[in-house]
Amino acid sequence: MSQQLTQKVEVDLPTQSVIPRARPALRWLMLAVGLVVVLALPWFVYPPVAMDIAAWALFAISVDLLLGYTGLLSFGHAAFWGASAYATGLVAIKLGVPFPVAVLAGAVVAMLLAIPTGYLAVRRTGIYFAMVTLAFAQMLYFIANQWRDVTGGENGLQGIPKSFFGVEQVETDSFYFYYAAIPLILLGVLIAWRIVNSPFGRVLVAIRDNPARARALGYDVERYKIMVFVLSAGLAGLAGGVFSISHGFASLQELVWTTSGKVVLITVLGGIGTLWGGPIGAAVVVLLEDRLASSGFNGIGIITGTIFVVIVLAFRHGIWGTARNGLGAWLNRRRVKTGQRL
Amino acid sequence: MTAFIQYTLQGLANGGFYALSALGLAVIFGVLGVVNFSHGACYMLGAVIAAVLLDTLGLGFWAALPLVTVLMFGFGVLMERLLVRWLLKLDPLYNFLLTFGITLILVDVVKRRYGVSSLPYQLPAGLEGRIEIAGIGLSKYLIFASLFSVLVCVAVWMLLTKTRIGMIVRASTEDAERSRALGINVGRWVTPVFGFGIALAGLAGVLAAPFRAINADMGSNFIIILFAVVVIGGLGSILGAVVAGFLVGLVEAFGQAYAGQFSQVFIFVLMALVILVRPAGLFGREEAA
Repeated sequence: MSQQLTQKVEVDLPTQSVIPRARPALRWLMLAVGLVVVLALPWFVYPPVAMDIAAWALFAISVDLLLGYTGLLSFGHAAFWGASAYATGLVAIKLGVPFPVAVLAGAVVAMLLAIPTGYLAVRRTGIYFAMVTLAFAQMLYFIANQWRDVTGGENGLQGIPKSFFGVEQVETDSFYFYYAAIPLILLGVLIAWRIVNSPFGRVLVAIRDNPARARALGYDVERYKIMVFVLSAGLAGLAGGVFSISHGFASLQELVWTTSGKVVLITVLGGIGTLWGGPIGAAVVVLLEDRLASSGFNGIGIITGTIFVVIVLAFRHGIWGTARNGLGAWLNRRRVKTGQRL
Repeated sequence: MTAFIQYTLQGLANGGFYALSALGLAVIFGVLGVVNFSHGACYMLGAVIAAVLLDTLGLGFWAALPLVTVLMFGFGVLMERLLVRWLLKLDPLYNFLLTFGITLILVDVVKRRYGVSSLPYQLPAGLEGRIEIAGIGLSKYLIFASLFSVLVCVAVWMLLTKTRIGMIVRASTEDAERSRALGINVGRWVTPVFGFGIALAGLAGVLAAPFRAINADMGSNFIIILFAVVVIGGLGSILGAVVAGFLVGLVEAFGQAYAGQFSQVFIFVLMALVILVRPAGLFGREEAA
């Protein structure tokens, strides 16, 4: 009965061979613009919201590493974001270390957790992978809910300090905190960029496009999948740790499955298989939710759900994917016009 | 001993909802290749509609049972015609995401209209109270709910294996291309099958209404357990869905009795064990790599 699964009629994930990559000069320009936007963000956006955008952006990139580059939809990534949020908080409270140390510890916890989960989840592919990861995330949610002594149960973990080598501005002012924390996020983005543009990343794309061929070429497909799953969990953990320090608390909200869904929404909205998509999707969704929440509208799910439906039906390449396709087509037309070789 | 039988009954009743809903999920997956994330929301919708029917029109459980099932069938048909249909040719992940979006909308629409507190409902006429069997007092409604779900499961099984329609649906599931070559109009069955699956979820919702808290969130946890059920049973397998449904219901009931709130964790441990030993599920077939 699983006929439909094995015989895919048409896979609509963007492949790098189809979509033209920007030329080097353009890529450097984009990178510079991106950096400027990241550094200027808290001047234009309320700093804690700016921090949220950055954290969700990295979280989305971690999901895209699996979805866009390996072809695995993790629908339980809140497990790693949330586990790190709690672990980071506990380390910060109990040990009083500077917050970057706590965040790194949280990321390590997320990666350790991803090893058994990944080992089990990669035994299934496609839609099963999504369901298995979702179920394991929910298991973690139950455990966090019951393990009140450690996690605070429904109250969550409160009073997480922002210790930062005694620099008072960072510890009290969210504007300065943003600049102290953003290197952690950028570190995560850099790691993702290195992974994608490495031989390891090419193998991942090969696995996504044709797992049987990758296996025939001698690659241990399952091992590669587990490795990228653990790395992705580490990035999600980095993001979740920064998020919990920034808010000063970790709650069950971080582990619930709607959080896993939200990050997938951000990834798909921004554009699958593009590292730029995550940040763009995160900015749109976080700002939209912030606006809706401050306007007192209680039905955010109606809006985000509708966005999801529209995106999936009509807009599958996402914001960045659509823009890039448009830009690529325009550049090609121009090259033809000016007589340059393609 | 008394406690043991009561837990078993509780487990069978819970398992009945899981089996009915998982059956719908399995049939939809088999014919359309769609994993319907909104199945939990449809279960919730079934219960909420039953509660609203009672509140506004005074229609009780016995009227709601067929009425809600028909309404949810219509809802499923609409959903397939308007939305799901357009993504059938793509990777199944897209319909998974689409139905996830639909879930968010349904849950928040119900929340906005009826709030977060539970809607009232009562046991149906004739099934209040307990019945003495061999000196053990058992809830009449729980006995009814278990028997009824088993009955529906058997009926669906008969429909699929003993009738012409069932044969066509099974053939389309098995090999759509060849069925077409043999002159079967496969596309014609897609919409009714989707509606049928959704109707089963709605039916499970009505059955759950008299003894579960009815609110917008009642489907949120349900759908995750349901996914565990189909992973355990083997997603394409109809028998697997039913057996795993009752199995998970029993595990949950006994877990609740002996391990309190950690009971849900047992379900996922069971799932992990099945994935380790038989990745395709208890009744599933090995998928090609």
